[in-house]
Amino acid sequence: MLETILASSVDGLLLGFVYGLAAMGLALIWGVMNVINLAHGPIIALGMFGVYYAFTGLGLHPYLALPIVALLGLAFGVVIYGVAVHRVLNAPHLSTLLATFAVNMIIIGIATAAFTTTPRNVDFSLGSVSVGRVTLLWSRVAAALATVVVTGLLYLFLYRTRPGKHIRAVTDNRAAAELMGIASYRTLALSFGLGTMLAAVAGGLIATLFPVNILSGGGYELKSFVISVLGGLGNPLGALIGGLILGMLEGIIPVFMPPTWVPVLEFGLFVVILLVRPTGLLGSRR
Amino acid sequence: MNIWRRPSFWMILVGTAALGGYPLITGSASTREVFFTVLMSVALASSLNILLGYTGYVSFGHIVFFGLGGYVGFYLISAQGLSLYPSLLAGGLASAALAFLLGKAILRLRGAYFALATIGVNEAARGFVNNFDPFGGPIGMSLQFQVYNEYGGAVEALWTVYRILILLTLSVLLVSFLVRWSRFGLSLMAIRENEDAAEVMGVVAPNAKTWAYVLSAVFPGMIGVLFFFKNGNVEPGDAFRLHLSIEMIVMVMLGGQGTVLGPLLGAAGYQRLRGLLLVSPVFKNIQLAVAGALLLMIILFVPAGVVGWLRRRVPRLRRVLE
Repeated sequence: MLETILASSVDGLLLGFVYGLAAMGLALIWGVMNVINLAHGPIIALGMFGVYYAFTGLGLHPYLALPIVALLGLAFGVVIYGVAVHRVLNAPHLSTLLATFAVNMIIIGIATAAFTTTPRNVDFSLGSVSVGRVTLLWSRVAAALATVVVTGLLYLFLYRTRPGKHIRAVTDNRAAAELMGIASYRTLALSFGLGTMLAAVAGGLIATLFPVNILSGGGYELKSFVISVLGGLGNPLGALIGGLILGMLEGIIPVFMPPTWVPVLEFGLFVVILLVRPTGLLGSRR
Repeated sequence: MNIWRRPSFWMILVGTAALGGYPLITGSASTREVFFTVLMSVALASSLNILLGYTGYVSFGHIVFFGLGGYVGFYLISAQGLSLYPSLLAGGLASAALAFLLGKAILRLRGAYFALATIGVNEAARGFVNNFDPFGGPIGMSLQFQVYNEYGGAVEALWTVYRILILLTLSVLLVSFLVRWSRFGLSLMAIRENEDAAEVMGVVAPNAKTWAYVLSAVFPGMIGVLFFFKNGNVEPGDAFRLHLSIEMIVMVMLGGQGTVLGPLLGAAGYQRLRGLLLVSPVFKNIQLAVAGALLLMIILFVPAGVVGWLRRRVPRLRRVLE
């Protein structure tokens, strides 16, 4: 019994890293500009397709394709910010929610016409290793490692570089940051880009684990909501920890009850946390 | 109560009744189907408007009431052999009860937190129904064909369903009017503008918000019963489709939130546009993208919606467009 739990929780934990990476993008954008990016799912899906086409079309190794996907994700995010988000940033919440949802519809509409919704598989394998009853898939370990590397880079960027410090300043207090001469438009666009970049990279990693189609980003978007709330909306590191928690839960719950109960518990937990501590389990009291 | 003397009141109710009654006169089944979709959207959007437009709370998962009410009513019809009318009531009551209980809890959240919570509620409900055996689990339930005999056969049943839908739509619009020009409606709008200030002025915000939530949930519940009774089957994917929920918001925004006419125009316009896009050879494949682009344009440039924009531009129309 204990071994079963251990085996499935290790599996879930490794997956949790990737969930955390996806949620980090959502949490970053929320933290900096109080916008819930409803186009998060389709961007994750585009990341999946980026890796898929780099692999099948250009013959690139999936992990080598990730930096390209990241750059494209960054650029795409900056464009989305300029077109859809900037104008409504100071409008009521409904406007930014709907504006990003409109982007969601546009991406899904065009991508469905272009790629159809047939599942695609990035067909490569790194093999696996077994320790007792615990089987480690190397592709999952690699995805977890990639997440750790990306998180490390993100923190270096946010704490050690000037644009990163600008982002943190704008997160703390946009008006004060503007008074100190920080160009908030550029900083906001950059942070939105970083958020979509994280989503795209997460999508790329997911494509190395599971078959994907253009609609599969939606599920991860919903998971990202749950995770961001677990970890505290607007707290990227919290998002990673939230991702690990969710991954563990997804690993452990099926040991005790049918796996179809997972979403009920996940979203039930989500609503309860929102009610009890809207700033998240690890979030600051604001 | 001088809303009976308002020209817009009679215009909207009589107009809707006349348009809705048109297929009844011609007896054409295909027109009826088109109007069914439009009227259903009008009723759903107008219900949502009570919460979204009047109270200013964005419910992203409003479809949960449509789904839950539909499921409860459908269960009573198919498994308990109840007739359509009590089931309709039961569906509406079930949604209202859920809204009441939920409202007590999640309406404490504001802004985006509330929106996120409603998404969570919808997903949790979908997950729950997926596992709930009396409701058929992931497969859902379907009706025996004989059920329709009680209403004079399947063909006649469809007309009955349509007549009930007209009545429901008219009631939603009537409720929208009554709420808008009541003390209750004023307190809702005060909450929308500034909840803290409203409370200081003596509005009991938690109660007002909860009742607004309940009112906006009753009709989607009843329409859910009607819709799935007409379809003959119900399954979790159809009942709790988040996308439909957001379409409702789009309709309200398109027409103009916080007005009675807005959701009516928005829903009718949106459905007509969707119909046109779906049959056009150019846009057929990317109709979702076109709808998205349209939505983006509205948010960016006409956030008040068509009715709101007209009211601001042409002050004279304010008496008529409300």
